[in-house]
Amino acid sequence: MKVIVYDKPDRSVEEVAGAIKSKFPNVEMASAPNRLVMKVKREEFLDVCTFMKDEMSFEHNSCVTPVDYMDHFTVVYHISSWTNHIWAEVQVDLPRDDPTVDSVTPLWGGADWHEREAFDLMGVVFKGHPDLRRIMLPEEFKFHPLRKDFQVGRRV
Amino acid sequence: MSDEMWVNMGPQHPFNHGLWNLRVRLDGETITKAEPIVGYLHRGWEKMVENRTYPQIIPLADRLCYGSSFSWSHVYCLTAEQLFGVEVPERAKYIRTACLEIQRIISHLLWLMALGTDLGSYTILIWSLREREVFLDRMVDVCGARMTYNYPRIGGVRNDIPENWGRDVNRTLDLFLDRLEEIEALTDANEAFRMRTVNIGNISAEKAINLGLTGPNLRGSGVDLDLRRHDPYEVYEDLDFEVCYATDGDAWSRYRVRIDEMRESAKIIRQCLDNMPSGPVRVKVPRCPPKGTACRRVEDPRGESLMYMVSDGTDKPYRLKVRSPNYVNLSAAPAMLLGYKISDVPSIMGVMDMCIGETDR
Repeated sequence: MKVIVYDKPDRSVEEVAGAIKSKFPNVEMASAPNRLVMKVKREEFLDVCTFMKDEMSFEHNSCVTPVDYMDHFTVVYHISSWTNHIWAEVQVDLPRDDPTVDSVTPLWGGADWHEREAFDLMGVVFKGHPDLRRIMLPEEFKFHPLRKDFQVGRRV
Repeated sequence: MSDEMWVNMGPQHPFNHGLWNLRVRLDGETITKAEPIVGYLHRGWEKMVENRTYPQIIPLADRLCYGSSFSWSHVYCLTAEQLFGVEVPERAKYIRTACLEIQRIISHLLWLMALGTDLGSYTILIWSLREREVFLDRMVDVCGARMTYNYPRIGGVRNDIPENWGRDVNRTLDLFLDRLEEIEALTDANEAFRMRTVNIGNISAEKAINLGLTGPNLRGSGVDLDLRRHDPYEVYEDLDFEVCYATDGDAWSRYRVRIDEMRESAKIIRQCLDNMPSGPVRVKVPRCPPKGTACRRVEDPRGESLMYMVSDGTDKPYRLKVRSPNYVNLSAAPAMLLGYKISDVPSIMGVMDMCIGETDR
């Protein structure tokens, strides 16, 4: 019969940003009120996420968005800390010929279908995902339609 | 020889509202594994909008979910406004908030109707549809459409509300709050309804948070979290309302949360109508936004809906990602279904408020 209340933030944005920055000096970071935007190398991406979840109480993964910038992919993770009232945007750049990144599904179960969708529609491979299959399109589909080099038919 | 068997519930099945498939593995009648399969209604929405100009996407966003179309076109406009860097006039914010809450009541009544059908009570179906129709009429007054409104615009709303709209909405709410008690008499006081929802589909708060549940489904597990208060948008900061939650984490709690929310929505609508300032309802926006990204999230009737937009400086978005609350809620469904009987599936999934249009996009 207990109720979890997220009343007052535990830590401020500056505290959280400082803690992440001191642990991972390579992370590029910009902050706004209640908002963090981070650019992370893919080698230390999983470590940063684990630290954010375990130490900085980021409980919720809102969304996993792959974006195709033609010369590279960027995968954008929106991660919320309900406790601290902070909303973080974590960006990881991936080379176009090897779009592989560590999966965050073991950390946040809510990322499961988002990663499957990113794999299905954009072809990004998530290492360590428990069940990486296509979700929207049939198994035998050969393309990743959200990529910019996928040609859609002309509008009639 | 084992007694286990796989059953396909869907894509065409009386219990699933929309086109999706629930594969369950049964041991006798007990569910030992569940696997929702989606994609039957995939329209390639995110690819489609890359070939449309910004204003053209508003009616498309409506069609993400016909049950709560205003909240979808609204979150689209909110995100686009951040991208364009425009500030919405105060009156438009109040109109939007009032419409958002009317939309919440409409969506919850549609859910209640579907839940009634699932549990075999056709009176609930007829009564909640009857109440919903009056709110649809109020939306017809304001924008001329019953379900897909195409009403918000980037920079405000399309037109001002008609004269006496506030009076009509207040009367509608008076009537509705009386009738809601009648509907509750069909559910709360009904032993059969309680037996099919109390202590069914339990999920703990920690698990619900980790699986990404949001909205009434999360609040039913005893988490006091609502983006309207946690991360306010429009005019919610200035309004006085309670966040409804229930502590048991079962189907009954999630049902209670939604019923209570309708009463709170009525309170919010009245406050919006009382405090509505006069002034313009729309500002002009340029055709092309600057380069950059924008991201906004709102409390949809079903949970956290989020849009992430990337602009390359042209009049069409480079990338638009939709985070549909129901997509994530559905991925968490196996955690609620495991260990319950196959006859509990309609109540567990019915209480979840399914919408396949926004799930598959």
